Amino acid sequence: MTGSLAIERLRDAHPDGGKVDAFLAEHKIPLVEGHRATFVWRGEADRVCLRHWIFGLESAQELHRLEGTDLFYLVVEIPPRSRVEYKLEIWRGDHREWIEDPRNPHRARDPFGANSVLAAEGYEVPEWTREDPLARAGRVEPFTFNSRTLGGPRSGHIYMPARWRKTRRYPLLVVHDGGDYLKYAGMRVVLDNLIHRLEIPSLIAVFVDSPDRLNEYANHESHARFLCEELVPDLERRLPLMAEPRGRCLMGASFGAVASLSAAVRYPNFWGRLLLQSGSFAFTDIGHRNHRGPVFDRVVEFMNAYREDPSAVSERVFVSCGVYESLIYENRSLIPLLDATGMQVRLVEARDGHNWENWRDRLREGLSWLLPGPLMMIYE
Amino acid sequence: MGAVILAGAQRFEPTIGAALAALGIDGTVAIVTAGWQERESEDEELAAHLDGRTVNLRLHHRADLVFAADAEFRAAHHERQRLLRFKQDFYRIRLEHELEANHVIRQRTAPDDILAEEERASLNAIRILDDYHLAQCARIHREFEEAHAPLENPYVAAQRVQIAEVLAGAQALAIAGGHVASLLNRMRLFGVAELLTGQTVVAWSAGAMAIGTRVVLFHDEPPQGAGASEILDAGLGLVDGVVPFPQPETRLRLDDPERVGVLAGRFAPALCLALPARSTVLLEDGQVTQCDGALRLSPDGSVAPLVADTPTREAGR
Repeated sequence: MTGSLAIERLRDAHPDGGKVDAFLAEHKIPLVEGHRATFVWRGEADRVCLRHWIFGLESAQELHRLEGTDLFYLVVEIPPRSRVEYKLEIWRGDHREWIEDPRNPHRARDPFGANSVLAAEGYEVPEWTREDPLARAGRVEPFTFNSRTLGGPRSGHIYMPARWRKTRRYPLLVVHDGGDYLKYAGMRVVLDNLIHRLEIPSLIAVFVDSPDRLNEYANHESHARFLCEELVPDLERRLPLMAEPRGRCLMGASFGAVASLSAAVRYPNFWGRLLLQSGSFAFTDIGHRNHRGPVFDRVVEFMNAYREDPSAVSERVFVSCGVYESLIYENRSLIPLLDATGMQVRLVEARDGHNWENWRDRLREGLSWLLPGPLMMIYE
Repeated sequence: MGAVILAGAQRFEPTIGAALAALGIDGTVAIVTAGWQERESEDEELAAHLDGRTVNLRLHHRADLVFAADAEFRAAHHERQRLLRFKQDFYRIRLEHELEANHVIRQRTAPDDILAEEERASLNAIRILDDYHLAQCARIHREFEEAHAPLENPYVAAQRVQIAEVLAGAQALAIAGGHVASLLNRMRLFGVAELLTGQTVVAWSAGAMAIGTRVVLFHDEPPQGAGASEILDAGLGLVDGVVPFPQPETRLRLDDPERVGVLAGRFAPALCLALPARSTVLLEDGQVTQCDGALRLSPDGSVAPLVADTPTREAGR
């Protein structure tokens, strides 16, 4: 009986090198057919594994050799609209190597390098993340700020929107891990495009970086003070900013989201808008040590305290998280607590993981809800 | 009050020149491009379309001159805008809940008479909220006017004299689209509507929205959310009983009877008009006397071409 998947038809056709050549020439790899994706690797190896970061599935799944050939394959169920980052693990004797899929041109870069990307049926890279020649480009320039609170200089980048005017007043967006958002989430292009489409207002964005993020972003009093008592007041003196809560948005991903919520809790109603992506909101229901390890201890302490006595610290909070992240549990758990305080809260889940392109893909929904642009006001 | 022409977007295929010509207007046309804000003076294409017979009232620029000359008035004006934004925000919070309730009710299964009654009650709650918001806006405007008498402000008055002179020599006033709040604000600041002396008014996109009795902001497919249409404020009242919806091609889901029905039902008995690009509607004495391409939205969710001799008055409202 002939199989319904291309790899099954190849298997049933008594494959040889020539047929494998033809198969690989004919198909994009990974091969997506309906809800199933076929991963392949060709070469000599003792063992080949698919390594991915989908929480809930085994992180290593072995590819099988197609009998009589040097082609390894694995068929995986992938729900529609999923986006999965992965690598291939090649074993030769005791030696193993993680590689990007050589037959898949799609890559996602991050601070650790790059991963191959599987786009399931229905997933497309949003067009608003690509350069639009009609969208005027804002300017991104480096800045350094001497922080007395943090005891030294902090660097980052400032985004000024195209055609900004001193006579206007702009919202301020402060972005944790700013360099990574610019580099791996294409945030300059995203801002240009969303402003051009009137979906967010022209705004000034400040991308801050930390040399010690796991420490400073984990509910660090000095970091919150740096943001709220040093950096923002300085920016509001120098730049044409709205300088009021509804015009201040603080955002970040992972520990950056913790830093955002923490700063908002320490300075209630200073930030009228929070954008929290895949927050590392670890907590415990009993005891003080979360299974995630000591680096989370201060986060757990903070989250347990906030969960015990949640309060409205902002006006609008947008939360996004990938359903393939283990953190989806913590993020979902946070929503009813935030909601009950009276803050306006929105959660968006995506079939994606803990990665920069997931965070990029959610920016439109998040920013346009937190800082709606003049789309409703402009009728040309 | 002279004739009023409402028109769809003019950017790519302008039609207002022909519409004015059909009324025999071949003289000076005063134009308002305040909705373009800082780019107000970039009106070359519009002027060319009207054969160079235009004089731009430059309301945005004039407002800047007033604010630069009178800091106290500027601060008061900004404070009013700030209060209006707060009110808009709270109105929107309540409105989203009311619209959501209406949507939920419409999905329920129940005896027909109960369902109809509850739908009416829900729609009425939205209308009450809309009216409340309009009343709040009116109160804020009234308090501002009582405290600061803007039309008597010497800097405003001086600009108004010049505007009146331009209008006196114009056969028509053309009001372009753009940022509807900004446009409305500048026209209200200088009391432009009160300076008209029978000139024909042609207004498109945001301009058409601004001259009605209510300005309704709308977008059925915003980047997120359900897209709750909301009242911004009262309009200038140059046309009574019409709510224009320009750019329906990209902003309205006209194939969704529920959305169309709620929208038209909220503002009934006003005439809800979708104004696609190239469409024109001529209104004279509370009556549609000519129309081309405009669509009428009805409370029953239907969308039909607008026909001549349709009355526009909001009887009983």
